[in-house]
Amino acid sequence: MVGLASFAVAFVVFVTPFIFVALNAAKTAAGAATLDFSLPKEWQLWTNLVEVVQARDYMLLLAYFNSIVITVAAITLLVIFGAMVGYVLQRRRSRWNSVIYGFVLAGLMIPPAVVPTIWVLQELGLFKTLHGMVLIQVAYGLGFTVLLYRAFISTIPRDLDEAAIIDGAKPFQVFIRIILPLLKPVTVTLIVVQSITIFNDFTHPLYYLPGRANVTVQLTLYNFQSQFVSQINLLFMNILLVTIPPLLVFIFFNRQIVAGMTSGAIKG
Amino acid sequence: MRRQSPYPYWFVLPAAVVFVVLFLVPTGASFWFSLTNWDLFEARFIGLENYRQFLSEPFLLRGLTNTIIFALVTSGAKTVLGLLLAVLLTSGIFAQGFLRSVVFFPVLVSTIGIGLLFAEMMHPTQGVINVALGAVGVGGPGWLTNPALALYSVALVDIWRGVGLATLIYIAGLASISPEYYEAAKIDGATPFQQFRHVTIPLVWPATTTVMILSLIGGLRLFDLIWAMTRGGPGFSSDVLASVIYKQYQAGFYGLSTAGNVILFLLIATIVAPLAYWLNRRALDL
Amino acid sequence: MTSKPISTIMLTAALSLAGGSLAAEELTLLVGSNPDSIAIAEALTAAYSERNPDVTFEIETRPGGSEGDNIVKTRLATGEMTDIFLYNSGSLLQALRPARTLVPLDNIPNRRNILDSFMRTVSDDAGSIYGVPVETAMAGGILYHVPTYRQLGLEVPQTWAAFMANNARIAELTDKAPVIQTYRDTWTSQLFVLSDYFNVQAEEPDFDTRYTNNEAKYASTPAALKGFERLQQAFEAGYFNADFGAADYNDGLRMVATGEGVHYPMLTFAVAGIQQNHPDELDDVGFFAQPGDSTDVNGLTVWMPSAYYVAKGGDHVDTAKDFVNFVATVEACEIMTEAVGATGPYLIKGCTLPQSVPAAVADMMPYFAEEGRTAPALEFLSPIKGPALEQITVEVGSGIRGAGSGAELYDRDVEKQARQLGLPNW
Repeated sequence: MVGLASFAVAFVVFVTPFIFVALNAAKTAAGAATLDFSLPKEWQLWTNLVEVVQARDYMLLLAYFNSIVITVAAITLLVIFGAMVGYVLQRRRSRWNSVIYGFVLAGLMIPPAVVPTIWVLQELGLFKTLHGMVLIQVAYGLGFTVLLYRAFISTIPRDLDEAAIIDGAKPFQVFIRIILPLLKPVTVTLIVVQSITIFNDFTHPLYYLPGRANVTVQLTLYNFQSQFVSQINLLFMNILLVTIPPLLVFIFFNRQIVAGMTSGAIKG
Repeated sequence: MRRQSPYPYWFVLPAAVVFVVLFLVPTGASFWFSLTNWDLFEARFIGLENYRQFLSEPFLLRGLTNTIIFALVTSGAKTVLGLLLAVLLTSGIFAQGFLRSVVFFPVLVSTIGIGLLFAEMMHPTQGVINVALGAVGVGGPGWLTNPALALYSVALVDIWRGVGLATLIYIAGLASISPEYYEAAKIDGATPFQQFRHVTIPLVWPATTTVMILSLIGGLRLFDLIWAMTRGGPGFSSDVLASVIYKQYQAGFYGLSTAGNVILFLLIATIVAPLAYWLNRRALDL
Repeated sequence: MTSKPISTIMLTAALSLAGGSLAAEELTLLVGSNPDSIAIAEALTAAYSERNPDVTFEIETRPGGSEGDNIVKTRLATGEMTDIFLYNSGSLLQALRPARTLVPLDNIPNRRNILDSFMRTVSDDAGSIYGVPVETAMAGGILYHVPTYRQLGLEVPQTWAAFMANNARIAELTDKAPVIQTYRDTWTSQLFVLSDYFNVQAEEPDFDTRYTNNEAKYASTPAALKGFERLQQAFEAGYFNADFGAADYNDGLRMVATGEGVHYPMLTFAVAGIQQNHPDELDDVGFFAQPGDSTDVNGLTVWMPSAYYVAKGGDHVDTAKDFVNFVATVEACEIMTEAVGATGPYLIKGCTLPQSVPAAVADMMPYFAEEGRTAPALEFLSPIKGPALEQITVEVGSGIRGAGSGAELYDRDVEKQARQLGLPNW
């Protein structure tokens, strides 16, 4: 009973908005204008899809490419760098430790300063480059990543790494061979969450990655918002399309989360 | 030579380089600019004038109250609902896998998308929500157009958007609790509620710490959703500190907006630092 | 990866062998992301490239409104601006520090084609000009639904009292909204105040200088306060559409085009939007100036169009100047008219409007033909425009705040702006 009730509630709260988007994405411009919750009189899902993809010289495809490159590269660095910091931070208790922890929190709390950041990027020759954007996303994502890793490394018994050290393993080997695999559930969580944040980021690419060739997916949505003024069906189609990559990531890793958690539970 | 620690500090180095160069250096520079009249081209030193001006903004007090209300409501709801949902979704209920995915769906949509979607759904006369309420005989309010309600409507959407993440963190936290604890509790004859109270809550504490700190900071800093849904309006009624700051930036008052940022940072630090300290102390005690 | 430079080298070599002509140039152009701006940029650059096959363009877009202002300022301050960009004239341009960031256009051959009234809005204190007008001048006033007027036998009002009487008739006899307001796009809420400036300056001819010098205030100048009061009156009479708080600009266009609403205080550039969204109803929409207290004083508040500017420090400054020089020609006007239609008088000498223009544009032209029936909006006369006006007018128009209190709050906002600009006397 509880199960069915919670199923019904969750369905209404979490699923209906998406059905609303999908229905309107399949309507004609006139049909979507009234924004009601009804089946399209004329289904033109495919026509709308083609029109959105083709808009402004297939800009959406370029945007997919750029966003995916940025996301994958930034996540890889974030996971490795963040786990290393979280590990040291949790395991080693010293004065430096609280300084580092302070910076981690500051990274979460302080809103970035746009113009000085651009100056730094220009000095480094990284402005308007995907590399620069990747590093920016790493810098901004570290606070969250380190915080999560630190919390979860505290659930891994110290005996494990101490035993390995006594066996003569180097610190980095211990980290790579013993700690990192145990972090799989958190890592999966992080990959899912951070890749979505980065993929869906709008403001930072707007400032740090100008130029038509550098367009990212949320920027297309923003541009189309004014371009498709009287065609809300296309706008909803665009929302639908840019939500698909995060959805795929989630569906793919959803099993991993479960699998990772099972293994975590056995070892924990 | 000292014996090398098993947890050497060079582990921190790669992250530190990126963080210092691309975050701390620009942030340090912006602290300087908060003391200037800065139009991006020229910066004229004016001491604390920007701070005086910002603190005398007509709507600062409203923005401050709104910020705190918003952060408390959303972080409280995300923590409680996140834990309850996580427990529910690990208890083997009907369609568990499906529900887990569904709760997370809103996290997948970008803020711009959510803003567009809810502005349409919360439309006072044509919006799906009020049309549905009207069908059962309830006159729905102007969710985003009623000055007394707008902030709470945005908070509601923020909870909707963020609870999936809290749930996910809790699910991962629950998974790291060894089943032996529950078995031991069962042998002692603990009821499910007692198990929840005495096993789950203490052992899931690291996850609670994370969820609370993240959602509180997120709530205090929240800007994008407010901006996408109400732009602080109608009038100034749903303005939070971050949107007041952004409006200064938008108007080209760059020095003033950096001063606002410093003030916001101090506010967050005053609230979050003691809380983080306390939560961590509790984690050590457990 | 390596194939691209090689092919570029080969292409360049081939070109220079072919006729020793100049190497191909690609210029960048940044415009707002609204359809008109893009269509015009595409049409003008295509025409230019046709004459100069070596030159090609890449058009970038940015968000409109004040988010767009930030992008422009950030890119100029960091030296990352495109070769040419589209931006407002008047007080917003001054905030870009044109003398520092833009290339003066004093020596382009077609400078003499640009009307004086426009040049004033794109020049600095030293008298250099920086921009070439794109599209036409526009006016702030009231768009109205002509068939409703005809059906009810109403006349175009010459005074505010007559306007309110028309509203009363509409409210009484139809279920249409007499006045359309669309506060989801907050900027649209300012029009009753801003379009009233013709009436303000008719009564207080030196308001602009006294306002700039910190001598005249909105709250304490009865003529200036009237704009706020008129907004409050219209709200209190209950003349707004039911969803005024949630409707957006496009809803407003729809309502005035289809007659769901009858009066929409707006700038005439909206005619282009109606043309695009509701082409069949285009001639159902007429236009009149925001009326004042007396029939003797009736005229239009005028806004200057945006302009193309050339950023300093680009690699293609000479070609960019040649392109904007081309934009200051009659031919370019015709290209623009063909691309998006014309919604007012051009600011290039010799440019004419096509024979048939939309009804609202035809309604607006007589004001320009007569002496003393137009006045520039305040933002083209004074560098100060408070950034919070649109929130304040939403409050006044939603009954959250009264007109007097709104005007006082706006005066404080203006004061902040003036101090940030570092103006004397503040």
